[in-house]
Amino acid sequence: MGTRITSLANNFDTTGKLKAAGINNASLSGITALPSGVNAGKMTLLSTQTASGDATINFTSGIDSTYDAYCFKYISVHPSGDGRNFEFNASTDGGSNYNVTKTSTSFIAYHNEADSATTLAYETDGDEAQGTGYVHLAYNTGADNDQTCSGEMWLYNPSSTTYVKHWINVSDSYQFNDYQTNTFTAGYLNTTSAVDAISFRFSADNIDAGTIKLFGVSTS
Amino acid sequence: MGQATRNIANSFTTSGVITSSAVNNTTISGITDLSAGGSLILLSEQTASGDASISFTSGIDSTYDEYCFIFNNCHPATDTATFTFQGSTDGGSNYNTTMTTSIFEALHFENDTMAQLGYLTSYDQAQGTGYQTITSAQGNGADESLSGILKLYNPSSTTYVKHFIIRSNNYYYTNGSFDRYIAGYFNTTSAIDAIDFKFTSGNVDDGTIQMFGVK
Repeated sequence: MGTRITSLANNFDTTGKLKAAGINNASLSGITALPSGVNAGKMTLLSTQTASGDATINFTSGIDSTYDAYCFKYISVHPSGDGRNFEFNASTDGGSNYNVTKTSTSFIAYHNEADSATTLAYETDGDEAQGTGYVHLAYNTGADNDQTCSGEMWLYNPSSTTYVKHWINVSDSYQFNDYQTNTFTAGYLNTTSAVDAISFRFSADNIDAGTIKLFGVSTS
Repeated sequence: MGQATRNIANSFTTSGVITSSAVNNTTISGITDLSAGGSLILLSEQTASGDASISFTSGIDSTYDEYCFIFNNCHPATDTATFTFQGSTDGGSNYNTTMTTSIFEALHFENDTMAQLGYLTSYDQAQGTGYQTITSAQGNGADESLSGILKLYNPSSTTYVKHFIIRSNNYYYTNGSFDRYIAGYFNTTSAIDAIDFKFTSGNVDDGTIQMFGVK
């Protein structure tokens, strides 16, 4: 017991204040808020979902007026079927229906491993003109063991009840035919209702593996 | 000892909780993770000063799903130098990982004589093992530099290839803005654990490159 008291005393300075070395916790998980003067960054992880044979990955909470923008990062997403398009849709009723009207553009740069094909081109198959279906984020991802797609989709001001909601996406995909494809899609959700849920899926089959993270981004 | 004991005792409330004034360190350097903190964590920063290359050989592991490199105002010693990068699977002993990439750019000259968008077949790689071009013909005038961002996803995966996405802007040696878009994958199922940046000729005279983990 004497040793413990001595050890405890050694963790304090001569004025009785606890030394940094006396705190045996590198994460302090109990701290969930910081004083306003502390620079804690403007990008906050809100939720993470890991796929395991899921038809869809839906985010039905946390998308509101708290943040100015939301960023979805999809990492090493792997389809169960070959040549599937990774895509998303939005909801204005908490995820009951994913069918928001949207107008969007899509273009790609690709290059195959055989070095016989390259392009930079608009992709009419991947745009929408007031459509309500899921819209492409990454093209033709392969189902070979090492094939995936990764990227990020930013959604701006989803809770506005005045304006449409813009989104911008960029991704890289390892296609089923050994093409590397860099995809750019952007558009707006043409509704003045608040968007409060987002759904991701492949155009067919399941999401076998992968991680999707939702971040809130404060711009002020 | 009696005074010291009283001082320590005064650092606790009557219920035994440490008072806030009792912690003699406002930064507590030992704390490396904080639930309330941001999600972009600065892992390391390197400032160039006549370096042949800028290498990140530690900190790239399974801790984060995504690593973000921000290269800021990189300035070459040699005019028209090409800024490049490569990955390593052996801690930086060799930078020769197989990759397939695409690259395109939008450009515009200060004298307004040219503005265009196009794919760059000369700078992509198809299962190549060389350094990937990020920017070309970078000027080395006193105010000329390049900046951009590289995002590397899931580098420690031993199952999947590793995707990356880059966007950069550089000051072309004949005075123009070149906006580059590059993406691709390291075609390996070995973990990528080091990244190297360099100019193909001459040194990196100035600039900073920061590596962030995204949690």
